Amino acid sequence: MMTLVTRRDFLKAGLGGSVLLACAGCVTAAADDEAEMLAAVASAVLAGVLPASPAQRQAAISETVAGVRRAIAGLSAAAQKEVGELFTLLTLAPARRLVAGVSSSWGSAGDEEVSNFLNRWRYSRFALLQGAYAALHDLVLGAWYARPEAWPTIGYPGTPEIF
Amino acid sequence: MGSNVRDLMREGLAAGWNHIDATRLSANLALEADVVIVGSGAGGGVAAELLATEGLRVVIVEEGPLWTTSDFRMREAEAYPNLYQESAARKTADKAVNILQGRSVGGSTTVNWTSSFRTPPETLAYWQGALGIKPLSAEAMAPWFAAMEHRLGVRTWAVEPNENNAILARGARQLGIEARVIPRNVRGCWNIGYCGMGCPTGAKQSMLVTTLPSAMAKGATLVSRLRAERLLLDGKQRVVALRGLALQADGIRPGNIEVTIRARHFIVAGGAIGSPALLMRSGVPDPHGLLGQRTFLHPTVVSAGVFKDRVDGYAGAPQSIYSDHFLHQHPIDGPLGFKLETPPLHPVLYATTLQGFGEGHAEKMRDFPHAQVTIALVRDGFHPQSRGGRVKLRGDGSPYLDYPLDDVYWEAARRALLAMAEIQFAAGAGRVTPVHEETPGFASWSEAKRGIADLRLKPLLCRVVSAHVMGGCAMGDSPARGVVDHRGRHFQLENLTVCDGSVFPTSIGANPQLSIYGLAARNISLLAADLLGRPTPAIL
Repeated sequence: MMTLVTRRDFLKAGLGGSVLLACAGCVTAAADDEAEMLAAVASAVLAGVLPASPAQRQAAISETVAGVRRAIAGLSAAAQKEVGELFTLLTLAPARRLVAGVSSSWGSAGDEEVSNFLNRWRYSRFALLQGAYAALHDLVLGAWYARPEAWPTIGYPGTPEIF
Repeated sequence: MGSNVRDLMREGLAAGWNHIDATRLSANLALEADVVIVGSGAGGGVAAELLATEGLRVVIVEEGPLWTTSDFRMREAEAYPNLYQESAARKTADKAVNILQGRSVGGSTTVNWTSSFRTPPETLAYWQGALGIKPLSAEAMAPWFAAMEHRLGVRTWAVEPNENNAILARGARQLGIEARVIPRNVRGCWNIGYCGMGCPTGAKQSMLVTTLPSAMAKGATLVSRLRAERLLLDGKQRVVALRGLALQADGIRPGNIEVTIRARHFIVAGGAIGSPALLMRSGVPDPHGLLGQRTFLHPTVVSAGVFKDRVDGYAGAPQSIYSDHFLHQHPIDGPLGFKLETPPLHPVLYATTLQGFGEGHAEKMRDFPHAQVTIALVRDGFHPQSRGGRVKLRGDGSPYLDYPLDDVYWEAARRALLAMAEIQFAAGAGRVTPVHEETPGFASWSEAKRGIADLRLKPLLCRVVSAHVMGGCAMGDSPARGVVDHRGRHFQLENLTVCDGSVFPTSIGANPQLSIYGLAARNISLLAADLLGRPTPAIL
């Protein structure tokens, strides 16, 4: 059976620093930083379905980020806190570089760099990072496919008109 | 809204039924009742109707909101945050199992997929033999199941299965595996396929349109969006009151307004995570350390096949075909068996369940109308090493389930992934993909057979989901072996009955709603006789 690794263990073992953890626990990600991070993640997760035109693409990403935030608002208080800590961690530049392995700022990171980060977490030997990947996966894809605008692209006719 | 669809709950509220939305309270409230029922799902709903029919004053407490038939618009974006625990994203402690569990008036019965199986005779025989719960024989339970089948319109589905289910039947037949038609609790079902978002026509005979309106028509009071915080005990033998905390406007966080309900008797029916958690928060005596232990999930693995013709897995009754073939390959306490069924396919549910992201994920999503999904519900809790999970409390008192997936489980999961792929290829699939992070899928059965044999089956690599939470307040033949007795009566507190899936001492080995209805009907009928000072009815 897999050994559970808490975030604290991970940071101590993996980085030798509890400074980042302390930071993530006591500050909240600025809304703009968080939106920039989520937009970069959404762009990579949704590669293959985003519209080609830059303006439409930008609008679709913004709507998805807004959808992610609405989804988080519906989670339990405990889950909201966990996700909040994850986002805060990712928006702190040192953590972004060391834990996520993304050297560019979120605003300038390309899909390839973000995809590599997502795959590292997806296949990580740390359950904490695998779980964080799964959260990003579910939040972004859930927000995207909840939108009626996304349905024609997958051949889904939408909910039936029954009344 | 068409005039041919009735919304019994809304009509009743307009006629003056007693409903308190706790988020609207501006001051503390004290209520009195004969019986308080915590939870309005399968157990609480049945209890409410039976007790209100006997003329007892009943108060039903529900943490989720009151959504009624005309609120259901078949939108995942509305249904998951409003009708499910933790927005349908409830996870086990290590995040390896995603749990679908209801959280609105009607509990999981409002959002389940209507499959209605009696408790399998082999499960009851195991409880009787290995666990000493002698009174619950298949014969003794049969009249209670029959009564609830009658009450809730349970009938074997007489309409053609949708293609998603027909493929399961076809593939199984090709391989000589028996597959059968599922009994469903519906009346006048329109065969639309959106049961999981609340039935928009009122056809599903959930508690929301059956027992709860019936109880409220007889004077029962419903308090929604109230978190049952703790039972207040008088010494160590009796419960005197329930203290609830009104949720704030977000429907998630409790505020400062308290609702205290005093009663003669207390029924806990908050589901297999909520019920043990309430007893733990209340400091209910637990001399043998059994509370919250042995919580089961039917941990489920998922296999997606792609077919040449359209499947349209979102349309039509979501579950109509099943196979129990693989439950009967070994003794019940041997290697874990599994039940095969199908889930409905909806864009959010499917997209979030599928592995991967980016172009690879997009490609799979483009096959959406051609995708058929089969699920294998693994029967946990019988094998000596299959001990399930444990409900624990966070610092804020909210519960979570720690359920380690072990080798005994993964051995069964591998057999299940193989069985599902073989059936899907036998039915004509062009490609089969187990939902697992390390496989792109397979183009033939021979490829799948080799590939699945080599898959690393581990938490968070192999997708595991659950829609059935059972156990945690297990019944037993003595206080050393159970939290409650076979009637759901708490062993230490004389006026406390547990009445939901938490009393099951193992998993059920089938979708559990009818098991809960039947046992609740039996146990609350006996309780009603006690409360009214009548002789206990002679039951088998």
